[in-house]
Amino acid sequence: MKMQAFKAALPHTLPIAVGFLFLGVSYGFLMCSLGFSFVYPMLMSLFIFAGSMEFVAAHLLLLPFNPWRALGLALMVNARHLFYGISMLDKYKGLGWKKPYLIFGMCDESFTINCTVKPPADVDSGWFMFFVTLLNQIYWVAGATLGSLLGYIIKFDTTGIDFVMTALFVVMFLGQWDEAKEHRPALVGLGCACLCLLLFGGDSFVLPAMALIVLCFTFDRKRAEQTTKEAA
Amino acid sequence: MTIEQQIITILAVVAGTMLTRFLPFLIFPEGRKPPKYITYLGTVLPYAVIALLVVYCLRDAVFTDWHGLPEFLAIAFIVFLHRWRKNTLLSIAGGTVFYMLLVQGVFT
Repeated sequence: MKMQAFKAALPHTLPIAVGFLFLGVSYGFLMCSLGFSFVYPMLMSLFIFAGSMEFVAAHLLLLPFNPWRALGLALMVNARHLFYGISMLDKYKGLGWKKPYLIFGMCDESFTINCTVKPPADVDSGWFMFFVTLLNQIYWVAGATLGSLLGYIIKFDTTGIDFVMTALFVVMFLGQWDEAKEHRPALVGLGCACLCLLLFGGDSFVLPAMALIVLCFTFDRKRAEQTTKEAA
Repeated sequence: MTIEQQIITILAVVAGTMLTRFLPFLIFPEGRKPPKYITYLGTVLPYAVIALLVVYCLRDAVFTDWHGLPEFLAIAFIVFLHRWRKNTLLSIAGGTVFYMLLVQGVFT
């Protein structure tokens, strides 16, 4: 059962392996160039396991000591995870000891796969999601550790390889789009995100976008209820 | 920073990150049925949040000299590839290589 789930999960994580190894290496290399030993990127990638926040944390370590600022920044940068949790309340139900790990390891990429990919009928979905999450974390920790140990060896031009993550999200978006009967939720997300990006700029648009998305869905639900009532 | 202060800083980041991941599960544990409104959000948010992730990836590109043109072209290429072959890995790899060629060769 486990082997089957592993085999089903592995191909879905391959693009993430490419992205995480390169991003992890560049993160490890950054830490190394800031003067930290390989233990830092290794442990930080293991326990924080949220790519963008680890880059922020690298710089936090160089500033004067202020744990509250660190906590506040982590809450803000990672606020989008709240939406992942609400989306996965049902899917992660009844998985026993795997559940806390699945939540712990719910980075953007693991969430995206676990949320959109339906494993084959003969594969246990709990183990499938477990291996997706575990493999992704292994790639990330391995990349970060390797990068801090030997990042300076890599010479060829990797400019643009981080686009593999954007490509992953775009393809998952397309997959969802083709499966959904109703495109309104995807369009709400796209519209709110674009609008807030233009209004608030790249550094602070996520929180207003999340608020606007919830607001839109709240109104849309009222409207949907109204139509059902009128129909009845 | 001393080693202790560094450890506390990293722990604060871990705590903040984990809070955002665990909070919905702590507020709505398995035994208790979440309000209908939350269940409803759980059915529509997956679509919206992946759209948000795509925009999140492009947040810096939009404000550069090219205003996200190479990203836009690469996404168009991914849509074309995906419509054509319906192969997830091919679409992702093709789109990434296409983007790398663009930013290394054309939009330098």
